[in-house]
Amino acid sequence: MVTVEIDGHIITAEADMTILSAARAAAIHIPSLCYLENINEIAACRVCVVEIEGLDHLVPACATKIQEGMRVFTNTMRVQKARRINVELLLSQHDCQCALCLRNGNCELQNLAGDLGILTIPFPVEPRTGSWDSLAPFVKETEKCIQCMRCVQVCDKIQEMHIWQVFGSGGRSTIGIPTAVLSDTDCTYCGQCVTHCPTGALHERDDTAAVRRALADPETTTIIQVAPAVRVAWAEGMGLSETEMSTEKMVGILKAMGFDYVFDTNFAADLTILEEGSELLERLQDKESHQWPMFTSCCPAWVKFLKQQYPLFNDALSTVKSPQQMFGAVTKSYFSDTSGIDPHKMMVISIMPCIAKKEENKLENMRSACGDLDVDVILTTRELIRLMKAQHVNINQIDSQPFDSPLGSSTGAGVIFGASGGVMDAALRSAYYLIEGKNADADAFNVVRGIKGWKEATFTIPSFGQIRVAVVSGLGNAKALMEAVSKGEAAYDFVEVMACPGGCAGGGGQPIHEAMECAEARGEQLWLIDQRAAIRYSHENEAVLTLYRDFLGKPLGAKAHALLHTDENWHHKAAYKSQEMVKAIAINIAMSRK
Amino acid sequence: MLDRLTLQNKSHSQEVLEMLYEDVERRLATSISGACPVDVALNLLTLCHAQSCGKCVPCRIGLQQLASMIRAILDGKGEASDLERIEELAMVIMDTADCVIGAEAAKQVFLGVRGFASDYLSHIMTGHCSGDFKQAIPCVSACPANVDIPGYIALVEAERYEDAIRLIRKDNPFPTVCAYICENPCEAHCRRNIIDSAVNIRGIKKAAVDYAGDVPAPMPENKTNKRVAVIGGGPAGLTAAYYLRLMGHQVTIFEKRTQLGGMLRYGIPSYRLPREKLDSDIYTILSLGVQVKTSFEVGRQLSMEDLKQSFDALYISIGTHAGKQLGILGEDARGVYSAVTMLRQIGDGQMPNFSGMKVAVIGGGNVAMDCARTAVRLGAERVSCVYRRRQEDMTALAEEIEGAVAEGVILETLQAPVAIETNEDDSAVALIVQPQMISYVDRGGRPKPTEASLSEKRIPADIVLIAVGQAIEPLKGDHAADKMNGSRIQTDAAGRVGNLSGVFAGGDCVTGPETVIKAIAAGKTAAANIDSYLGYEHQITSEIAIPQPHLINRPPCGRSTIAHRHAAERKNDFSSIVCEMSEREIKQETSRCLRCDCYGYGSFKGGRQVKW
Repeated sequence: MVTVEIDGHIITAEADMTILSAARAAAIHIPSLCYLENINEIAACRVCVVEIEGLDHLVPACATKIQEGMRVFTNTMRVQKARRINVELLLSQHDCQCALCLRNGNCELQNLAGDLGILTIPFPVEPRTGSWDSLAPFVKETEKCIQCMRCVQVCDKIQEMHIWQVFGSGGRSTIGIPTAVLSDTDCTYCGQCVTHCPTGALHERDDTAAVRRALADPETTTIIQVAPAVRVAWAEGMGLSETEMSTEKMVGILKAMGFDYVFDTNFAADLTILEEGSELLERLQDKESHQWPMFTSCCPAWVKFLKQQYPLFNDALSTVKSPQQMFGAVTKSYFSDTSGIDPHKMMVISIMPCIAKKEENKLENMRSACGDLDVDVILTTRELIRLMKAQHVNINQIDSQPFDSPLGSSTGAGVIFGASGGVMDAALRSAYYLIEGKNADADAFNVVRGIKGWKEATFTIPSFGQIRVAVVSGLGNAKALMEAVSKGEAAYDFVEVMACPGGCAGGGGQPIHEAMECAEARGEQLWLIDQRAAIRYSHENEAVLTLYRDFLGKPLGAKAHALLHTDENWHHKAAYKSQEMVKAIAINIAMSRK
Repeated sequence: MLDRLTLQNKSHSQEVLEMLYEDVERRLATSISGACPVDVALNLLTLCHAQSCGKCVPCRIGLQQLASMIRAILDGKGEASDLERIEELAMVIMDTADCVIGAEAAKQVFLGVRGFASDYLSHIMTGHCSGDFKQAIPCVSACPANVDIPGYIALVEAERYEDAIRLIRKDNPFPTVCAYICENPCEAHCRRNIIDSAVNIRGIKKAAVDYAGDVPAPMPENKTNKRVAVIGGGPAGLTAAYYLRLMGHQVTIFEKRTQLGGMLRYGIPSYRLPREKLDSDIYTILSLGVQVKTSFEVGRQLSMEDLKQSFDALYISIGTHAGKQLGILGEDARGVYSAVTMLRQIGDGQMPNFSGMKVAVIGGGNVAMDCARTAVRLGAERVSCVYRRRQEDMTALAEEIEGAVAEGVILETLQAPVAIETNEDDSAVALIVQPQMISYVDRGGRPKPTEASLSEKRIPADIVLIAVGQAIEPLKGDHAADKMNGSRIQTDAAGRVGNLSGVFAGGDCVTGPETVIKAIAAGKTAAANIDSYLGYEHQITSEIAIPQPHLINRPPCGRSTIAHRHAAERKNDFSSIVCEMSEREIKQETSRCLRCDCYGYGSFKGGRQVKW
């Protein structure tokens, strides 16, 4: 332990703590900007600078360790001036039209400038410009980028994808991707860079316009599905407390906004379990013919990752579509049949905690119901919040309402898809039933739950034997697991992978809060909804059973295959390396000059 | 009445400007790595333009237009055709500028457009620099073996000398040798040059070595049962052997001479590298269980084919032990030796006696200085060092030349050897030289000597030592010899010899005579690639925790250097010429390190590599 003095307060703290963490532990606020605990401690913005007695220059509190007897001053004139000028410098290259920014009111730079009382910028204001691929599911606005490097670090350290790079040097250094279009990189569109961006420089592609048009068009039947993790996050952006937030309230608002049918992705999650659970049992009964372990396929970022980075494991991936896509396929077939609505006049809209979902609907095999896209538009939770606000719904006067039938009923096993371990837990509950003919306790598999990045368990199903499972979230963890499996250092029967740490609850489309990781708290809410659910087994979802009885036949049957599974040979197009092309052209030109 | 003439005094602003120029000179000499070359070219151009008087069109307007075009490219508004326009304009400026201020500025742009065309094109096509950003730690990236220099400096400062040695050995198994004779390319890029002058890195390393005592080598990995033969036990071969053993492979070194060390023993005199110091590094390497066969000539006692049969991989590191000849009359006379021959004999303890003799050494490299200074110690009455260019053109380190001069060696510069005069016994009696003058710069950028209109000169010499370069002694009856181009073995960047599966080569036999640290880097590279070739991914790593940087390290402070024993004393013996730096000097020197591993890009992407 080390004793230091910060602004006159005597503080005793662990010797390896930084000035910033020691100060914050003692409730002394030192403003910071680029800093992201354990991820980005590179002292780039120089906002957290402090004065230390005996030192001739200021030091960054985020990257300077405390030392015995150190006297720190966090708010001297010298510090205030330095902090203010550094923020003014950032603002001089920032597009300060905050009113037009989707992070307006939720921007770390805006907050900081406000806190410092900056009202003018004493430098010429020249935001830097850059181009971006307009088709990409998320957007980088160079005009708003403050080069804090968080996106680079999150992509390097958490997801280990190394998509973002620093180009150039000096005043022209910039963050970017090595190719002209994002789809030429291995980016999985997980969106973790977006949720860790302090400003509006990174954000989802805004797809709300198409939804607003459809809502206003009487010819179009708008059918909305809401993913599990959205219901525990939407209210964060509406300024509601946890107690005011409920799924039914959200449904009520969606109906008031004019959506014709408000359904639940949880229904499709239960459907997924019946297909995936059956697939697992089928594979287990014929172990020799299959590649192991079987991997879940509900996370499109993970699916893209596996197909790109570990293509040899393609056959180990479950062929079931994600709940989002199953929902679309069932809506435009079964629901169209039963309701008599022309599927070509339907707009199926998903609300997802995810950015990768915005591209999943365009993959091969995703037009299986009527030839149109099975899912038309995907909005993130953040876009839903913006849409709710823009529609001027008075949320205080709206009654709670249930989801519509029949694609609105679900079980506790469906809702936990939004938390890491949920798909595994739900699948094991149903697999147990399918093998034993009776239910295990709904909490029998609870060791797979929780925020930990890589969880392992072995369960015994009496009539079958042992089943070895693993649950990972975060692509860095996924990579470690794939390496271990590839080298034979780990062996499992069934593995759940979610690209975002903590699963969809911490998804790239979820509301953003400064310096807060919310996956764990949201996940706990989902597990609570499961605990309180009347039915907690997917195979007991009456609406799903009716769907099979009246329409699909049996799980893994021909119709189910056509609508609910991908052809296992589909793949993401190979990365096109335009950087290499540039080099080749450069060499050619250099040669031709000789 | 006005004064007719006045003495010019520098104005204060002129003085300050000159000081700023000096600072920039040092900064430029440090040549910060990782900067965008196009951006740097633009800024050098604008600096040159600021120096222009503005009289003539090509310089006043032309340089400005060049800058505008480059700036447009950097701003992402360029087109491929702009490169041709830049070239064309630069050529016109070079052709038409009235003075060199404009002409040379345009030439820089021209060379840049040709020299880093791919960077220009990358800006034009992708809007940013080619490749990713490599702002590495300057000293580490300048070290061919990438030794963790800030790491060991911090450990020396913390008086953790043994850890410092362990950390150095992660990348270089010759800490002691390098403490004495490394040419320290690391220091040329030291960011400290921006403030005052480079940290005395080698001095700090020497302190680590001096204070650490014996530090055992780490434990090797589990046995792989793979066998690697190393042909030639010099620094490259011994380095490869060290890392391959650490990786768990079995290693046998085949050495033609009676002892290991290569040029460290048979080229470098003991006054620069005391033998017990060399032996201590070799001892540590061999302690890992390396098999050694000395006095064993591959090609004679065992063919390369046999070796390939009995080993899984081969590493050829045979160095360059054949002295090049001048091709002048009298070169085969008695008393004429090649430098390598003499130094080799000394390496094995056979000391010639030059007492009372006149010695002429031909050459201007480090080997020439080694010969000259050795001749002084062998009792020669007069030692001349004959070189056809100027002193500043000598490739020997300035420190070596100064040392030789201090010990009484006479530099006969701008003298081209013509013949060796012999007596009736066919013994050398003098070296005949043709005086030269320095003249135009050749294509390689060096001024070339040419005959001065002076008559030949006679330098009396009983002994003539020829130190004008070395070549390999080819392995007898070997296919690898097919890959030899003139005096070197051809390899790819990984050290593979052609497509000879499992045959690697490195060190002087590939690069020509080079520094010890380059040979060490070659051995390290070969070890990694041989390991991969054998189907492994062993990692050489260090888990030593590096102390935190100090908050104060920037006050300008002079550099403490390693002192040498007085010339009058040291020239009489073969004991080490260097003196120890004091503990206080070492403390101050370590505190000068700017810790680029922790500050700047070092805390982001340009930081420490803990394994390879």
